[in-house]
Amino acid sequence: MEIDWTPFYLTFKLAVISTFILILIGIPFAYFLSFSNFKFKSSVEALVALPLVLPPTVLGFYLLIIFSKNGSLGSLWEKLFGHQLAFSFDGLVLASIIFSFPFMVHPLISGFKTVNKNLIEAAYTLGKSKTQTLFKVILPNMKPAIITGTTLAFAHTVGEFGVVLMVGGSIEGETKVVSIAIYDAVEKLDYSSAHIYSAILFGFSFFVLLVVYMLNKKFEVKY
Amino acid sequence: MIKVDIEKQLIGTEGKFLLKVNFEVNKNEFLTLFGKSGSGKTTILRMIAGLENPDTGFIEVEGKTYFNSKKKINIPPQKRKVGFVFQNYALFPNMTVYENLEFAMEKPNKQKIEEILEIVELQDLKNRYPNTLSGGQQQRVALARAIIRNPLILLLDEPLSALDLSVRLKLQDEIKKIHKLLNLTTLMVSHDKPEVFKLSDKVLWIDKGKIIKTGNPRKIFIEKEISGKFSFVGTILDIKNSDVIKIATVEIGDNLVEVIITGKEEFKIGDNVLVSSKAFNPVIKKI
Repeated sequence: MEIDWTPFYLTFKLAVISTFILILIGIPFAYFLSFSNFKFKSSVEALVALPLVLPPTVLGFYLLIIFSKNGSLGSLWEKLFGHQLAFSFDGLVLASIIFSFPFMVHPLISGFKTVNKNLIEAAYTLGKSKTQTLFKVILPNMKPAIITGTTLAFAHTVGEFGVVLMVGGSIEGETKVVSIAIYDAVEKLDYSSAHIYSAILFGFSFFVLLVVYMLNKKFEVKY
Repeated sequence: MIKVDIEKQLIGTEGKFLLKVNFEVNKNEFLTLFGKSGSGKTTILRMIAGLENPDTGFIEVEGKTYFNSKKKINIPPQKRKVGFVFQNYALFPNMTVYENLEFAMEKPNKQKIEEILEIVELQDLKNRYPNTLSGGQQQRVALARAIIRNPLILLLDEPLSALDLSVRLKLQDEIKKIHKLLNLTTLMVSHDKPEVFKLSDKVLWIDKGKIIKTGNPRKIFIEKEISGKFSFVGTILDIKNSDVIKIATVEIGDNLVEVIITGKEEFKIGDNVLVSSKAFNPVIKKI
């Protein structure tokens, strides 16, 4: 039978874009949380960790309200880009970034904390700025944390179901990612499609994790 | 000339105490802060480097103010011209020996790096990563990295404490050699008497945040019991009984000398001793 690869393409595109943006915002965010102390730090930490404990439907419900035409972000988005945020691919990306945020940030924070403080101080006494130190000393010495964060964020985006269904619905070619496609297939009693989709996703997830653990092992040996 | 006059409240194992020191380091001098751990020695080094701030006071290096609480001056560590050798070396694990040195320079200068590598005898190891080096070799890299920027002051924080005796002795000689060769001004923290004795021009004995004794190592560590014409510090390698007397073989620098043990003091192999001559009769005494 013909396999419709569109859901895979969508899932992959969603995961790559979300993870990429998460790296860009996650690193400075985690750096800031690790090395500074401010009044509302605990509140910020709690907020970041919230997607870990909230049922996806709760998160999805709130995001749907904010993303909808009448919602604060949704109406702004429509003015700026001419289409609505809910039930669109852009909305999925934004939702993915929010619900995968702790999966990226938590490993990074623990990574920042494991870097020997003396290394950072040594770089400072050698005349290096904070930015130079971050890119040349800190980040290269926490590669396992970066890999773990990236993988978890990527894998979590690939596997997320509840939030995606709430915010994106199941629009063919726009928001119908693999996890939704499997759900649809099962609902239509199309078990063979469900089997194929599931098996591919299963194999893919295993492969990604395998590569990560192999990479981590390599870095552990080196350092 | 380096002038330090600072105060800082510290928390030690026996509660709070005030670190309050006032001293100067002359150009090309090798000054050691000696004392028990937890007496505030390392904190002084860290404050000179700008890694910690004093509560009050000032730090001045070669006429430039690094810190002054009254004038609210506090130059960041990046702008201070100090070379810092950390107790755990703090070599960058992601860089080779060569890259560690290169990173320390504002403008990479191949010739200068090679020159320094030669001084510390690391040319053959320049492409190795720090974790493949022995403790002594890592220490040399740390030293090379600190001096490559031509610091106005070299700060050594217990630089040899993690090394075994034979390596330590060799590196002591090297530190002394480099200090002289490059006309450095060096401030070292140590609690190892023989090491302090061997390297320092001047010693500040620090206890619970205060300087309790100042002077050259001889004055600090050896009471005025001996007024020898000349004296050397050495280590006892062997003691043998010969009829009624005991003869100690003492290593002084690279030389081995035999000294007859007189007096009642007990010696054992490994003791650090002062060998001095009094009217051509060598007298030996524990330090």
